Amino acid sequence: MPFSAQPPGSGERYVLAASLDNARHLSSLLRAVHFRDHATCFATANGLRVTVEDAKCIQANAFIQAEIFQEFTVQEESVILRINLSVLLDCLTIFGTSSSPGAPTALRMCYRGYGYPLMLFLEEGGVVTVCKINTQEPDELLDFDFCSTNVVNKIILQSEGLREAFAELDMTSEVLQITMSPDKPYFRLSTFGNAGSTHLDYPRDSDLIEAFHCNQTQTNRYKLSLLKPSTKALALSCKVSIRTDARGFLSLQYMIRNEDGQICFVEYYCCPDEDVAEGEL
Amino acid sequence: LSRIGDELYLEPTESGLSLCTVNSSRSAFASFLFAPLFFQLYEPGGPGPEQELQRCKVHMKSFLGVFRSLPSLEKTVWRCLILLKPQAGRLVLQLHCKYGVTKTHNLTFQECERLQAVFDTQRCASSITGPAQVLAEAVVHFPQTLAEVTLEAGSGSRIGLRNYVEEGAEPSKTMVTELWLAKDEFQAVAVAPGSRITFCLKEFRGLLTFAEASNLPLTIHYDAPGSPVIFTLEDTVLEVHLVLATLSDPESNPQLPPTNGASHLTIQLDDFADDLESYMIAMETSAYEGGSGAPPSPTFPLRTPDPTKSDPEEEEEEEEGAVPGTPPHKKFRSLFFGSVLTPGVPSLAPTQEVLAEDSDGEY
Repeated sequence: MPFSAQPPGSGERYVLAASLDNARHLSSLLRAVHFRDHATCFATANGLRVTVEDAKCIQANAFIQAEIFQEFTVQEESVILRINLSVLLDCLTIFGTSSSPGAPTALRMCYRGYGYPLMLFLEEGGVVTVCKINTQEPDELLDFDFCSTNVVNKIILQSEGLREAFAELDMTSEVLQITMSPDKPYFRLSTFGNAGSTHLDYPRDSDLIEAFHCNQTQTNRYKLSLLKPSTKALALSCKVSIRTDARGFLSLQYMIRNEDGQICFVEYYCCPDEDVAEGEL
Repeated sequence: LSRIGDELYLEPTESGLSLCTVNSSRSAFASFLFAPLFFQLYEPGGPGPEQELQRCKVHMKSFLGVFRSLPSLEKTVWRCLILLKPQAGRLVLQLHCKYGVTKTHNLTFQECERLQAVFDTQRCASSITGPAQVLAEAVVHFPQTLAEVTLEAGSGSRIGLRNYVEEGAEPSKTMVTELWLAKDEFQAVAVAPGSRITFCLKEFRGLLTFAEASNLPLTIHYDAPGSPVIFTLEDTVLEVHLVLATLSDPESNPQLPPTNGASHLTIQLDDFADDLESYMIAMETSAYEGGSGAPPSPTFPLRTPDPTKSDPEEEEEEEEGAVPGTPPHKKFRSLFFGSVLTPGVPSLAPTQEVLAEDSDGEY
């Protein structure tokens, strides 16, 4: 049941007001970036972006564009707030996480601005829950300065091909080594664990690879423990784009189709592990 | 195999690839031998003409990690290549999967001596052949924690299974489960009437799971208590053996001269562990070698391995294998050296007289 556009019983302006018929469209995306407790939310007229960071070397962003919402109004140019993502997710899924197509949870989100809590109104089957989540001072976020013009290598893959590989990565390895090359082995994921090393090779003509643009042979290592949470995003997605730039920074972009067929994006940025020099192939 | 030991021994032979394992107390040994026909390509030796056949051992868990998710493996993997690279110190397992994806695992391995259990099914007085399901359904009735089970040949060639109750246990407080299977449940029953053996259930269950899945008939060869019981599964490309030590009969006369050494188990390796069912590879553990200088062992004839060849470390390992509380420790004779595994027992050189064992007071 859609809520009325007017905030309940008050004439005050909300800097952010949004309505969503199915809260799962938001909660599943947020789960894909939920590897730390806190997140920073940005709202502009284009939509919502939720950012989570860790160890000053990994950043994940979930984008939910305004079109996904039934209503999305931002009164200021941009609204920024820092919030406890675990609590937010708990509230969004307060009616349970099991999917029952007949009774989606409806959501209305309101925020009065700096210093005010984020208000959530959730309704399912006539039952309404009101949540107020305190917001915090937003932190300075990392700027990976990753722009398309600096991209050296880019591969677009069907997620199906990577899902199992990521789920089965040898966690006794400290790093995940990614090799991208115009020559063999083209695209290789390697781990170096207690039992020995494992290499996963994807040939450039594999059916899984939708686009292969590799200009230079690059081998970079990234801390596996930091990248492992991206498996959640991978599990939700249908396609993933893997890009590296000249500095060895990694960009993973996941295209996620929700239950209504709408497209959203989640991206992960990771900087290479500096402890190790360029690994052997 | 992983239910038995922690290390997997791989040995390529002319007759196939052998995968085997032994448990820590050396009372259980299993092998899977895969004939060359099982493989699309089987090259035991290297490219050179005089290449020695290499063998190695790897940690069971490392090897299992390669084959982690069986259902997905069946759907996505077309071929598996196994290469031993001694120079690189790596055992390479390469899986060729759907979409042209190749997964290469470079496992570290250790060089090892040949792991070989000596036993002779010909010398066993009794044998039973039947579908594994029959036995699997029978053992279901025993609690998971049960350590040992007794197999008995009853009247009319019925086969009975009973949980083994330790001597010290109070009869009024122990639950005894006993079931009898009619002769016609099996394909063949040729047993000495009244014969009875007791062996460890845990390792046997592991084999049963594999046997059920493989749909091959299971054969049990056994002799007198104390002699090992041998379980075998066989088809055209696979030979599986599980050799378990059995409890020796307290009444047996320790002075009996050993029968001509028909078997010796020289296990030079440590434990094996993990899933029989994940290993479709059979290892051959047949070492039907003629006896010569069998060590004096009343209930389990052992052949002495040549002392000059035996690894001095093995004798120490024997003592270490005497972990209190493990069933084989109690009264089982080590399959491999004929000495009873008890702490403090000086490890016997295989050529020693049985008298040394008597002083343990185990009988």
